Amino acid sequence: MMDVETKRSLDFNTTTFTNERRAPEDFPPIANEIRRDIVRALVRAGSGHSGGPLGSADIFAVLYFGGYMRYRSDDMGWSGRDRFVLSAGHMVPVQYATMANAGMYPKSELATLRKYGTRLQGHPGRDMHLPGIETSSGSLGQGISIAIGMAMSDALLDKNDHRVFSLTGDGELQEGSVWEAAMAASHFKLDNFCWIIDNNDCQIDGRVPDVMNVYPIKDKCEAFGFDTIVVDGHDHADLQRGFDLFLANQANKTGRPTCIIARTYMGHGVSFMNDKFEWHGKPPTHDQAVAALEELSAHP
Amino acid sequence: MTPTLLGSKPTRFGFGDGLVDLGERHSNVVVLGGDITGSVMTSLFRDKFPDRFFSIGIAEQNATTIAAGLALSGKIPFFASYGAFCALRNADQLRISVAYNEANVKIGGGHAGISVGPDGATHQVLEEVAFLRTLPHMTMIVPADYEEARKATIAMGEMVGPAYIRFGRSPVPMFTTADTPFILGKANQITDGNDVAIIANGAMLWESVLAAEELGKKGIKARVINVHTVKPFDFETVTNAARECGCVVTAEEHQVHGGLGGAVAECCGKNAPVPIEFVGVKDSFGGSGEPEELMVKFGLTWREIYASALVAMERKEKGSTGIRAIKDVATYA
Repeated sequence: MMDVETKRSLDFNTTTFTNERRAPEDFPPIANEIRRDIVRALVRAGSGHSGGPLGSADIFAVLYFGGYMRYRSDDMGWSGRDRFVLSAGHMVPVQYATMANAGMYPKSELATLRKYGTRLQGHPGRDMHLPGIETSSGSLGQGISIAIGMAMSDALLDKNDHRVFSLTGDGELQEGSVWEAAMAASHFKLDNFCWIIDNNDCQIDGRVPDVMNVYPIKDKCEAFGFDTIVVDGHDHADLQRGFDLFLANQANKTGRPTCIIARTYMGHGVSFMNDKFEWHGKPPTHDQAVAALEELSAHP
Repeated sequence: MTPTLLGSKPTRFGFGDGLVDLGERHSNVVVLGGDITGSVMTSLFRDKFPDRFFSIGIAEQNATTIAAGLALSGKIPFFASYGAFCALRNADQLRISVAYNEANVKIGGGHAGISVGPDGATHQVLEEVAFLRTLPHMTMIVPADYEEARKATIAMGEMVGPAYIRFGRSPVPMFTTADTPFILGKANQITDGNDVAIIANGAMLWESVLAAEELGKKGIKARVINVHTVKPFDFETVTNAARECGCVVTAEEHQVHGGLGGAVAECCGKNAPVPIEFVGVKDSFGGSGEPEELMVKFGLTWREIYASALVAMERKEKGSTGIRAIKDVATYA
């Protein structure tokens, strides 16, 4: 267990976590360390997205450390690995923090986020060869199609049991090509594909239903052929229920792709950011980072 | 050494046949269909290798990006449609998911140029060479005839990295053979000459040969060069031609700005500033009509190349690097 001074510190520590089947109560310490690393990285970067990364930290904790995605953190080129594609590329600080907490690269490198020459580009860049980044992304709507191409390669050509996960935002659903992708996932019966929607109702210009309504999301995903489940994206047991549904779909060869709609709050875990779309695209100041770390250190 | 005419066939047939050949050679070549498979000849591959063909429907953005995912999983995916839709509608997908990713994706863009004919302007893509050659890591090929299209298709499948091939709908003269060398990025000299260089590709190459023949009747020796690969561009061959001939004509079935002519102008501006005249579509959209009729209407025949060669030579002979007086300033139109 980390002591409170280590948690509260603006400096990166060396704690890492393993990927295994866990009880729900095992996840909060992981999710909160991911959140703290997001804050530590963003305050140094001086730019970047706080809201989405903090709000989705629970999803990433369960996905990367709950035994659902199979990988070798010291060999991310392992051909047997499952793949994760972040379609909402601007949320990459949470993926960088998660990957570092899995030991794919040193946590100290999070200090280079968005700086010249870094492997931690503002949006994921495959050209930087950071272990665990499968593809460049950031132009919304593309990552999910790439993930479906990977899932097709696994299920239809190589005929292996690899899993492919992709996370989109909810504002991202406004991109029409997302629905081209969704159509293809069920057309090709990709039960090895899991689509996670970070449903926080926030985008840069305001609340998603005000900017351009994407609801009813669940009905749409079901109509596009997904086995769709809505979960509380901050309740780890509920998230596990979602990922278990996906594993069952694949194991039982149902031919149905799975969609997990994770209801989240942007900026969750830091009260002054919680559910505020203004935090979509800005980093904390030094004082705000200190306050955020203080609050995030009060929890497990 | 004027090449011999060997009949005519559309370049898209060369793409279709080359793809089947590739499929036989490499089990990881896969093809994505965009609903017009018969038209862009991917139906040949589909019928031969049904397990490696996936119909994506009318969804070019998705098809391009799925191709990137397949490539990142070790496959060699080809996606073909009309160039208007698989080079421009999906431009962002080509930029990020294909080029920036350096994904080993191959795109076949059909119905290029106005020789598409009756379908009209919406389907006659005239701008994609300009876009594609600005993408880092991209290879861009414009074959001149059936055999070259076949060889280019195989070559692009066997190189590593993103590549695009442009081909047309209507039959064009065949004059290259299985023995004609084809190396990606290496221009081919078709005729000898030091009076004027005619740099062309695609359907305009044979027209350039005809123009050179006519120029020959006046005792003018034109050096016709086939720049089948617009990117990577063969700076050396083009620079040598400009230096040794002293003036250049470019000819392409594309807008006169940004495509092959643009690439030649960039090269000559840096390496051998000589007068250049540009034959191509002059900043306008196409339209319906018969292919031959449209090529005449839009100024894409040997006659315009011939006339441009005379202008280029006149400018060369005037000296002062052929600078025009303000009252004579040439524009795209």
